[in-house]
Amino acid sequence: MECVFGLVGDGFALVAADTSAVHSILVHKSNEDKVMLLDSHKLLGASGEAGDRAQFTEYIQKNVHLYEFRNGIPLTTAAVANFTRGELAVALRKNPYFVNILLAGYDKDVGPSLYYIDYIATLHKVDKGAFGYGSYFALSMMDRHYHSRMSLEEAINLVDKCIMEIRSRLVVAPPNFVIKIVDKDGAREYAWRESIKDAEVSAA
Amino acid sequence: MARYDRAITVFSPDGHLFQVEYALEAVRKGNATVGVRGTDTIVLGVEKKSTPKLQDSRSVRKIVSLDTHIALACAGLKADARVLINRARIECQSHRLTVEDPVTVEYITRYIAGLQQKYTQSGGVRPFGLSTLIVGFDPYTGVPALYQTDPSGTFSAWKANATGRNSNSMREFLEKNYKETSGQETVKLAIRALLEVVESGGKNIEIAVMTKERGLRQLDEAEIDAIVAEIEAEKAAAEAAKKTPSKDT
Repeated sequence: MECVFGLVGDGFALVAADTSAVHSILVHKSNEDKVMLLDSHKLLGASGEAGDRAQFTEYIQKNVHLYEFRNGIPLTTAAVANFTRGELAVALRKNPYFVNILLAGYDKDVGPSLYYIDYIATLHKVDKGAFGYGSYFALSMMDRHYHSRMSLEEAINLVDKCIMEIRSRLVVAPPNFVIKIVDKDGAREYAWRESIKDAEVSAA
Repeated sequence: MARYDRAITVFSPDGHLFQVEYALEAVRKGNATVGVRGTDTIVLGVEKKSTPKLQDSRSVRKIVSLDTHIALACAGLKADARVLINRARIECQSHRLTVEDPVTVEYITRYIAGLQQKYTQSGGVRPFGLSTLIVGFDPYTGVPALYQTDPSGTFSAWKANATGRNSNSMREFLEKNYKETSGQETVKLAIRALLEVVESGGKNIEIAVMTKERGLRQLDEAEIDAIVAEIEAEKAAAEAAKKTPSKDT
């Protein structure tokens, strides 16, 4: 079962997601990157229906880029969050997308922020959030150990604790995770946590 | 003749589409624009007609990005340009969304030219009154390209070209002086072509340089002034060399 979780630290925000692509009892691949770089300073971690996930997140990404070309400046994280929620809300009563999203971004004046957007177009600005069965464990761990303005080291420690809980307590736990962060220097991949390595080393 | 220019779907007896030709007239009144393709650099230059004192010149951008690897400059009706540029930008992103690949320069040129052609074959509309110079690097091969479109919807690739005011003089200059250049030499060639028809100085021309690594970069006034000074010094040196009779052949 897919899990995506994230938190806001001191001058950065991070999103961690599992990297398994599963269909019924078959694991298609275990290095599927579900955290997209929306633009230079935004991360979009998504989980849910595989086709919807790819389609919807790419659609958001291209629209974010179009705005930047049209207007010469990038959208703020809050603007992207509201745009995304709007798209989900409009589609909800026609042809809903089954995608849950954690949007992390860094804005110069606001600092790091994290938005929780679920598939029925709920939008919350949060300090920590999680989706999937793994959320039961991740949220509990974060409730216990999270405090505001954690350093990167403390935050990664907490992420590793969450991954440990998910791996040990969830019956169909995903084996591998990817962690991405965004801070004033931009959005980038931070690390992978792999317990099963594929034969090919390079990720998709 | 006057009967054949009302609706552009009508040909004149001698095979002209007058509205399209009148649109080309509008282009000829637009600001001088030049584009030069080098081996690793492509340069676009546009004349800046005197800006009113109270106008914020930053809001009048004549060289625009369509995508990270494509840029466009145009001559003619600026309002028409806004519409075309917007459609092109949407198409760039739409192409990336549907085929997960960036557009090639030829593709987006064909798209813009196709749009311009559509408006020469519909009822009740007039053609876009602008010609565009589209530059960019092929996203796979890295080869630089320069294309031109015009109100009739034709397009072709060029090594260097000019459009707008006095484009014939600039094109003549380019034909005489074009050679394969790279880096700063390409920038100088473009500025020299523009200076043939435009008053000298950084505040009268706008230059943008596109490279594969850095994408589109607008040069600021000081940089342009420095290059103009270089060019004038070279010109003066060439004049002086011509005048001295004691030169070995």
